[in-house]
Amino acid sequence: MEYVNIFVKSVFVENMVFAFFLGMCSFLAVSKNVKTAFGLGVAVTFVLVMTLPINYLLENFLLKKGALGWLSDGFADLDLSFLSFIIFIAVIASFTQLVEMVVEKFSPALYASLGIFLPLIAVNCAILGGSLFMQERNYADLGEATVFALGSGIGWLLAIVGIAAIHEKIKYSHVPKSLQGLGITFIIAGLMGIAFMCFMGIKL
Amino acid sequence: MSNTVKKEPLFGPKMRKVLSGPLNRDNPVIVQVLGICSALAITVKLEPALVMGISVTAVTAVGNVVIAALRSTIPQRIRIIVQLVIVAMLVILVDQILKAFAYEVSKQLSVFVGLIITNCIIMGRLEAFAMANKPWASFLDGLGNGFGYAWMLIVVAFFRELLGSGTLFGHQVIPDAFYAAGYQNNGLMILPPMVLIIIGLIIWIHRAATRDSSK
Repeated sequence: MEYVNIFVKSVFVENMVFAFFLGMCSFLAVSKNVKTAFGLGVAVTFVLVMTLPINYLLENFLLKKGALGWLSDGFADLDLSFLSFIIFIAVIASFTQLVEMVVEKFSPALYASLGIFLPLIAVNCAILGGSLFMQERNYADLGEATVFALGSGIGWLLAIVGIAAIHEKIKYSHVPKSLQGLGITFIIAGLMGIAFMCFMGIKL
Repeated sequence: MSNTVKKEPLFGPKMRKVLSGPLNRDNPVIVQVLGICSALAITVKLEPALVMGISVTAVTAVGNVVIAALRSTIPQRIRIIVQLVIVAMLVILVDQILKAFAYEVSKQLSVFVGLIITNCIIMGRLEAFAMANKPWASFLDGLGNGFGYAWMLIVVAFFRELLGSGTLFGHQVIPDAFYAAGYQNNGLMILPPMVLIIIGLIIWIHRAATRDSSK
């Protein structure tokens, strides 16, 4: 039950895009058509689900205060959490680089459709944000952290595909000249954020 | 750095342009749309916005200098990881300094200090400017972009705090008489989606204004 709760919460209530503005940059850059938006969304979800559990393990067995206790008693009160930024980003960056290389080698077709996004993903705030939220919220076990990663990824995918779809439609409407392009995209995102707020307070 | 001085005056017209461009015409937030990611969540109040602006400026400027100094020794293929590691190191420094000297603000900023690492402005400047320019020019470029970012944050935070809570820097500025006459704070301003709408409006005004002046 806890898993379902975390999942719903991370998809709707604490949506990465609308509640925390994470991943906005790539979000605005590619939300022009639904297909690329979907591709990027899948890639982000995939990287989140793979890196967040790794970071969870690192956090709990290496970085957190007392986390090195399994090594020997002498290490029990060591606190390495100040290193967490650099370790998390190193995991994410090397993971995306690895995935890029593997995909390029074994599936050129997939690489052609997804590969261009992979370098972008290393600097996608939603991914690092996921790991930092995981650190702040102290999830109880690996399962919860993974579910949270999956939920955030899907929430991000939903948001970006939604905006891309609206963006495709808006070409046919009359937007004031100076507001065209970026301006209207921001306002749409804001309105969608308000719509998403109706999920607030949901608990399963 | 002394080489740069010989070829270009320290504050020659070119350098001044590097510094001042990002404040208006090439503003990183509203023109290049970078760095919206992490930062807009912290513009409910002026104080965290100011601290965030200063932190990002510091990281951008110093990061630019370091990368510009190392630019010829960084291998092309792994440059993103190298850049990330350098930026992450700087952000750790900023985080520790904030925790030591401004603990309250650092609590409010929570994960968003860490997210400076993936702030697109920093990575964007490192990729686009520092990898191809000398340290001093890169330093000015970093400063300019940092300030361009900071003042956008401050403008947004100003409106949100004024209209949302009736205060500036935590001091009440809307007189009690207004409240007595039925004025109410706009609670919507405090909620996250309003930032996007405010930025949308700022972009609108800015575009309209720059178009007029360029005619």
